[in-house]
Amino acid sequence: MSKSLAFEEPIVKLREKINELEEFTSANDVDLSDEIGKLKTRLSNLETEIYSNMEPWDRVQVARHPARPTTKDYIAELFEDFMELHGDRTFGDDAAIVGGIGFFETKPVTVIGHQRGKDTKENVKRNFGMPHPEGYRKALRLMKQAEKFGRPIICFIDTKGAYPGKAAEERGQSEAIARNLVEMAGLKVPVVSIVIGEGGSGGALALGVANHIHMLEHSTYSVISPEGAASILWKDSSLSKQAAEAMKITAPHLKEMKIIDEIIPEVLGGAHRDPKAQALQIREVLRASLDTFREMDEGGIIDDRYKKFRKIGVFSE
Amino acid sequence: MIRDLFTKNKKKQAITIPSADAKNDVPEGLMTKCPECKEIILTKDLMKTAKVCPKCDHHFKMTAWERVECLFDKDTFESMDDHLKTENPLNFPSYTEKVESDAEKTGLNEAVLTGIGKIGGNEVAVAIMDSHFRMGSMGSVVGEKITRAVEKATEKGIPVLIFSASGGARMQEGVLSLMQMAKTSVALKRHADNGLLFISVMTYPTTGGVSASFASVGDINIAEPKALIGFAGRRVIEQTVREKLPEDFQTAEFLMEHGQVDAVIHRCEMTEALAKLIELHVKGGK
Repeated sequence: MSKSLAFEEPIVKLREKINELEEFTSANDVDLSDEIGKLKTRLSNLETEIYSNMEPWDRVQVARHPARPTTKDYIAELFEDFMELHGDRTFGDDAAIVGGIGFFETKPVTVIGHQRGKDTKENVKRNFGMPHPEGYRKALRLMKQAEKFGRPIICFIDTKGAYPGKAAEERGQSEAIARNLVEMAGLKVPVVSIVIGEGGSGGALALGVANHIHMLEHSTYSVISPEGAASILWKDSSLSKQAAEAMKITAPHLKEMKIIDEIIPEVLGGAHRDPKAQALQIREVLRASLDTFREMDEGGIIDDRYKKFRKIGVFSE
Repeated sequence: MIRDLFTKNKKKQAITIPSADAKNDVPEGLMTKCPECKEIILTKDLMKTAKVCPKCDHHFKMTAWERVECLFDKDTFESMDDHLKTENPLNFPSYTEKVESDAEKTGLNEAVLTGIGKIGGNEVAVAIMDSHFRMGSMGSVVGEKITRAVEKATEKGIPVLIFSASGGARMQEGVLSLMQMAKTSVALKRHADNGLLFISVMTYPTTGGVSASFASVGDINIAEPKALIGFAGRRVIEQTVREKLPEDFQTAEFLMEHGQVDAVIHRCEMTEALAKLIELHVKGGK
C-alpha cells in the first residue's frame, strides 16, 4: 500500500479495522463474516464519498503523490517501439525532460514530457522534474523533428516549474520557454498536451501550446504553486490550502474557464492506485484527440491552435 | 498680534529644519532625488533627459505616456483598446478596487498602453507596459491589448515594438494570466510568419512570465542599461542554490554577456536606434 494522504485517513482507519477483524477471525475460529461484509460495504461507500468530494488541496496532494505515474510510466503503457532521444545539440541532455519516438497504435508519434523521480536518488538525477533551458531546447528540437516527418506530438506535463537556478538564468531560461511558446504556435503537426501531475507555470506551458489540452482529473495547472501564491498574496505560505482553492487550479476549474478540452477521469483514489487502468483511460482520450486532426491540413492545424489560445481571457469591452 | 507673528515664525522654523527622515524624503513634484547617486534634480530638467539622471545615468522608471513623448514623431501616436476593462474572474477580494485605483493613478485602463504611431516617418504598432500599474503584471486585458496590437501590425504589415516593464503574470487572475503568455505568442508567430519585424525593448523590470514570453523573442532584443531582467526572482534563486549571487546578476549587462540581448542602449539614444533599425527593415531598402 502506498503512502496515504491526510484526507484519506477515515478510509485507512476503516480498512485497518477490517484487516484486524479478518485476522481475528482466522486466528480464533469465530465467524464474523457478517460484520466484515457490512464494514466492507461501508468502506466502499466511504471511498466513493471521499474520493468524489475531493477539495482542491486534496487534489494537489494526489497530484504530488510520490507514487503517481510519471511520463515514462505512461510511455511504457501507451507506445510501442519507443526510443528515447537525448540532448539539445547545444549544451547537454536535461534528464528533467524525456522525449522520443514510438508508435501510438499504428501511427508513429513524438512523445515529450517532464520527468520527475519517484525516490530521492532518481529525483536528484531528474532535478525533481524541473527543467533547465537545455531541456526545453531538447523538447523544441524533437518537435521540429516531428514536424519534418509529419508526426503528431504528444506532451505530458508534470512539473512544479522551470528550475529557478543561477545556471538556468545564465543559459536563458526565459528565452528557452518563450521560444517554445512561439515555435509551438507554428507547428504544422497536431500537438496534444496532457497534464498528468502538476502543471507549474511557464515551465509547464513550454510544453503546452497545443491543439488539445487534457488534464487528468486530479492534476493541477496554475500560474504559481499554492505555497507561492499564499506567500505572495497573503505573505503567509501556511495558507496554501486556501490558496489552492482561491487560485482555481484544478481540472474542473480549467474546464470551466475553457482552457482545457477534456478531463480524463482517474481511477478511484488517484492514478497511482492503478497506473495500467489509468493509461487505458488516457489512451481513449488520446486516440479521439488525434482522430480529430486526421483530415486537417497544415494551415488548418495552425489556425486551430491559434483560435484556441486567442480566445482565452476574461474582460469586458 | 505681534506676539502671534513670532510664535508662528517659530513653528515654521521648526518645520523647515529637516529631520534625518526628511533628508531622504524629497517632496514629490518639484524636485526628484536619484535613488542611485542621491543627486537632487529639478523634475522638469529630468524630463529633458528622458528621465535619466544627468549625474550617474540612472534610468528612472517611466510611465507609458512619458515613453510615448520620447518615442514618436510629433502627434503621430494614437492609442487603441483603452476601453477594455479588467474583470475579477477568481473573485479575489479587493482586486477590482486595486485595479481601479491604479487606473485612476496612471490614467491607463491597464498595465499596458498600445497603439500605432510613427518613428522616423515609419509606421509601427507598439505596446508599452507601465510598471506603475499593478507592477506591470500581465492579466487578461494586458494579454488581449498586446495581442490586438500585434494582430493590427500583422494586418497593416508593419513592425511591432514592445516595451516590457513587468513583474510577470498577474496572480489575481490565476492560470488565465499564464495563458496570456501563449496568446501573445501565437499572435507574434503569425506576425513573424508574415516576414515582419518585432523589436523587444526590456526595461526595469522585465521578469517572470513576461520575460518568459514575448519579451525574450524579439527579432532584436534591446535592453536599457542596468534594467533588471530575469525569469525567477533573486530571492528564490538564492534560496534554491544557497549561494550569494553576483551583484550584476540579471541586469541588462549580465544578459548581454550571456548572449540574451542584442544591445544595451542608453535611453537618450533609444529613439534614434529604433528609428534606424526600423528603417533597415523597410522592404526594398532606402
